[in-house]
Amino acid sequence: MSASSDVGRIARAHANWHWSEIVFWCLTLACGFLFPSRYLIMTDIVRLALFALSLDLILGYAGIVSLGHAAFFGIGAYSAGLLAVHGVITQPVLALIVAGLVAAVIGFLTSFLVIRGVDLTRLMVTLGIALLLEALSERFSNITGGTDGLQGIEMAPVLGAFQFDIFGRTGFFYALIVLFVLFLIARRIVHSPFGLSLRAIKNNPLRAAAIGVPVNRRLIGVYTLAAFYAGIAGALFTQTTQLASLDVFSFERSADLMLVLVIGGTGYLYGGLIGAVVFRMLQEFFSNITPEYWQFWIGLVLVVIVLVGRARLHRWVLFVPNWIIRQFGGQKATVAVSEGEAS
Amino acid sequence: MTSILTNLFDGVAYGMLLFVLACGLAVTLGLMNFVNLAHGSFAMAGGYICAVLVNGQGWPFFAALPLAFVGSSLIGAAFERTLYRHLYTRSHLDQVLFSIGLVFMSVAAVDYFMGSSRVFINLPSALEGQFDVYGVGIGRYRLMIIVICGLLTALLQLILAKTRFGSRLRAAVDDPRAASGLGINVPQVFAFTFAFGCGLAGLGGALSAEVLGLDPYFPLKFMIYFLIVVTVGGSSSITGPFLASLLLGIGDVAGKYYVPRMGPFVIYTIMIVILIWRPNGLFGRTAAR
Repeated sequence: MSASSDVGRIARAHANWHWSEIVFWCLTLACGFLFPSRYLIMTDIVRLALFALSLDLILGYAGIVSLGHAAFFGIGAYSAGLLAVHGVITQPVLALIVAGLVAAVIGFLTSFLVIRGVDLTRLMVTLGIALLLEALSERFSNITGGTDGLQGIEMAPVLGAFQFDIFGRTGFFYALIVLFVLFLIARRIVHSPFGLSLRAIKNNPLRAAAIGVPVNRRLIGVYTLAAFYAGIAGALFTQTTQLASLDVFSFERSADLMLVLVIGGTGYLYGGLIGAVVFRMLQEFFSNITPEYWQFWIGLVLVVIVLVGRARLHRWVLFVPNWIIRQFGGQKATVAVSEGEAS
Repeated sequence: MTSILTNLFDGVAYGMLLFVLACGLAVTLGLMNFVNLAHGSFAMAGGYICAVLVNGQGWPFFAALPLAFVGSSLIGAAFERTLYRHLYTRSHLDQVLFSIGLVFMSVAAVDYFMGSSRVFINLPSALEGQFDVYGVGIGRYRLMIIVICGLLTALLQLILAKTRFGSRLRAAVDDPRAASGLGINVPQVFAFTFAFGCGLAGLGGALSAEVLGLDPYFPLKFMIYFLIVVTVGGSSSITGPFLASLLLGIGDVAGKYYVPRMGPFVIYTIMIVILIWRPNGLFGRTAAR
């Protein structure tokens, strides 16, 4: 038996489904039936969760700090929009995959720029790429519709059977299924030898290289994968809202995404999902108090989270659930947040 | 030919302004390796202090400029002592999140108190209009920017090169551990420099209201420019960021004038190319450790 298949077997042994994960997904599905009047906001949360999942892949597992992840979201959104407007691919699922692939290609090409240099250079390059794309889509407004956004997106029924309805019911279940499928794939990937090597790189790139991990190839791989995920999130955005405008590339989108992931915690895949729910609730809450100035409170939340310390905060939040779990499942079953610092 | 010279002149003025705005960030990033995306917020604070004094209280423009400096440096010092110093040892991710949070807060707070529209500062009539020198149009205001920023740059260079504080700062930039071993109070040096940098940013913000436009979104709009100056210029001296600002200013003005269809991409492309070619900046040794 070769060494790599050995690693794979051990990795898989750690990847057994925990019952709390099954409960989580059942609850999510139940939400779809319990709150039929809230499909639009729930779809929004699902999209955001998928987008955050994609950032978690590079930030939580590979330790790449990106300030321009909206670049791939935007590419996915415009690809899906353009495919629909020009009637190239009207089938939503196929268009979704194509949009994801377009984003993945761009992600692959730009990954060579991103893996060079240290944190600061990465920040600048990712931010620069997103700004560049925003400028490009503004420049070619005859294709993208400029500041007015892409007009006249009509979506065909999903798989030819489920028409998008005005309440967003189809949109919600469609987005949820896409999220679940992609989550399964991501879960499989991070528990594979590939995922393990990413964590090794995040902890110490030099040591990872010394034990024979091809650092750059792995980073390119995961960056491309994350771009694919972000592209799909963007395409979902366009397909469910029938809208694509310049703000898909905006810096605020990338910054909000960081906040989502920080609220939920990085490096265990559910962070983005939980963070998306909490973030949207916070946003709703703050916009109800001060409709125009909710950004102030979001900023305050960020500052407080950082000052208190992310790891400590998650320990506090998880104290009660872990206590309950310990009563039933023993010491081993606690929900641990692996919160390695990304620097 | 004359349009080239006029553009060059505007570009130099723009670049000098960027330098004054961003040189505080060069120290924050270079000395403490702290990614401070909120630097533009301090600049905006200076701009608004000047606007309130001139438009609201009827102060003369030139009297309000020093107060913009003092006000922003006080705000900077307060933030440094209460918040920033806890984060020096944290990861870059934490610093980025923290300073983005500050940016969001400052944007919303200024929007709340001052309104979201662009603010214009009433200028003395001596600064308006332009005059011709051999057919080259020279804007009075831009000439003033060049003079003020040029003097400031020379002053900074003198402080850094000739004074005791300057040599302490340089020692602390080069090797914080060895410097503190020699009895230099590195946190104190940094606090002073941080406050001074914020003051300069505030002064720059006040000067830039006419050229760059002053509204609550200032910190977000120009964040990338400040970061470009520092990452491209490096932070081992002030010459690097200075040259980088001039390059950026001239490049941006020329790009917008000659290839308006390409707009801002000229700058972003140049930045990405330079960072790929030399990840530590054009002139720097330790812009990013």
